[in-house]
Amino acid sequence: MRYPASILVAGAALSSVVALVASPGGGDPRLPQAPQQTEVILSISGEPGARPRYAVPDFIARTNDAETAAVAKLMGAVLWDDIAFEREFYMVPRDTYKTIPAAKSFGEIPFDRWRELGADGLVMGSVERSAPGTYRVEVRLFDVRSRRSVMAREYTGTATNPRLYAHTASDDIHLQQRALRGAARSKLAFSSDRDGERVSNSIQPRDVKEIYISDYDGANQRRVTVTRKLNIMPRWSPDARAIAYTSYRRDFPDIFVSLIYQGTLENPTGGRDQNWLPAWSPDGTRLCFTSARDGNSELYVMNRDGSNVTRLTNHPAIDTTPTWSPGGTQIAFTSDRNGSPQIFIIDADGLNLRKITSESWCDRPTWSPAPFNEIAYASRTGPGYDIRILDLATGERRQLTYGEGSNESPAYAPNGRHLVFMSTRAGKKQIFVIGRDGQGVRQITTVGNNYTPDWSK
Amino acid sequence: MRIRSVSSAVVLGVTLASLVVGACGTKKPPVARPLPPPPPITTPPAPPPPPPAGPIQETPVVPAPAVVEDPMATRSIDDLNRDSPMRAAFFDYDSAELSAEARAVLDTNAATLKKYASWAITIEGHCDERGTAEYNLSLGERRSVAVQSYLVSLGIPAGRLRTVSYGKEFPFDPGHDEAAWAKNRRAHFVITAK
Repeated sequence: MRYPASILVAGAALSSVVALVASPGGGDPRLPQAPQQTEVILSISGEPGARPRYAVPDFIARTNDAETAAVAKLMGAVLWDDIAFEREFYMVPRDTYKTIPAAKSFGEIPFDRWRELGADGLVMGSVERSAPGTYRVEVRLFDVRSRRSVMAREYTGTATNPRLYAHTASDDIHLQQRALRGAARSKLAFSSDRDGERVSNSIQPRDVKEIYISDYDGANQRRVTVTRKLNIMPRWSPDARAIAYTSYRRDFPDIFVSLIYQGTLENPTGGRDQNWLPAWSPDGTRLCFTSARDGNSELYVMNRDGSNVTRLTNHPAIDTTPTWSPGGTQIAFTSDRNGSPQIFIIDADGLNLRKITSESWCDRPTWSPAPFNEIAYASRTGPGYDIRILDLATGERRQLTYGEGSNESPAYAPNGRHLVFMSTRAGKKQIFVIGRDGQGVRQITTVGNNYTPDWSK
Repeated sequence: MRIRSVSSAVVLGVTLASLVVGACGTKKPPVARPLPPPPPITTPPAPPPPPPAGPIQETPVVPAPAVVEDPMATRSIDDLNRDSPMRAAFFDYDSAELSAEARAVLDTNAATLKKYASWAITIEGHCDERGTAEYNLSLGERRSVAVQSYLVSLGIPAGRLRTVSYGKEFPFDPGHDEAAWAKNRRAHFVITAK
């Protein structure tokens, strides 16, 4: 929607007053939390019927040294990728920017040149090394036609993770322009054998798998567990500070919780029976999991500290792979009580069981977060599997992958717009992300075999 | 030892002769007649020496039964598992049913477990690669429990038989054909204590 010029001028005056609101939101303790301020939202629009076209050049380096110059280029590139990822805006390709002289300040932007490239919105940033190990970063979103800044942010923080500034700016732009929670600051977790180690006390050669995490875009992949055993199927806690997973560190499967920023380890199930596939309740206070303690795979729910274990299923068939509804009132899971494994839903108090798939073989349901109300799962479509989604409101089913290798173990992004999954389409087992519409497939891992991923808030 | 009787006869004769002389005749003082020289003393020839004694026969010692060392009793746990006396039981696709062949294997394993009554084992449940990783953790558990139950029914105490499922995480054969898959659908025995 385009505003009449008079409002634009007033809006621009207003926006200059509210400029420099340093309010990155999220929970990152390294970035300052300024009080919320009301803004007049100036939405940049594109040509009629088209998405707005955004350009994001390199940031301006306000400090004259090589490191700041490199960081300025990096932040621009990462921010371009972050905005491209959500596919809300069409991104003008960066190799077309060569002809446009780089601005040295926000006051000398050649808007007419950007208009020639077809940009509706221009994201300009600057980075200054304000003190050793500290950056001051400014990001402005300009309406190219009116040449006005419609959003301005300032961030200060440490220099340890320059990409995080771009991720934060991307989330702020999406929130402001689209009332959308971006995923740019979220993280992935998965299991990997990339270290090529062998399980230490086995006669047979058995590959070690450890838990790894990475940024949502695959950067900063790093190892979380050091056990020289098998560790699989990680799930992020809702506060994204802990990972629950199935570990054979004591030579049988049991549930462990690694508090990754504190460096501590918990074992809520207590190390007696076989337990696997923990799933966090949306409020983070409970875990639903599969256990063989009563002689058969059944679902149980316990408090996060292991207390108050209650049994959810009671059937001689296999019941496994739980996932909670976003309100915490229902649990979807896999059961073969009717023959081959299918997806079922049960209320969290154990009542009201219903079957929601009737396909060849289904497993690993993952329940979307709000505002969506759908369940994704792996469905056998041939020798391998593909990702399918059932819309719970309409009952419609759609398929995201079509036989490019086998595609399994889906998990939703925190905004429900994307899924992470494992695919063999590139040869070995690798982690990929895909939009909930099946578009925008990106490969995340390339080294070793990587499986059973999850996506944090 | 034979004594020649002649000499004794001669001695007798001499003795008689001396008596006769003394009895008749003139009273002459007895004159000792020179006695015939005594027969030469001949030592009887030594009797032939007895044949040489044979080697001294010791009381035969019954040797201790050949300690044919039982390798099972002396090998380390790792060595035993490298070349295990207990074979795996195999399963059909997506099944935890024990076939006749599987039961035969388990019967033999049960006999081994009874013979070495101190052994404790873990029964690992494994799957081929075709199911999903998550579901297969449960299928492996089902297979190991099926084997455990059968062994208990044959009299092995459950406390000696731990079960652990590995799903499809640790294939024994990394191939992607039925031959490989068949090898991976198994309950695998590991000795954990002797």
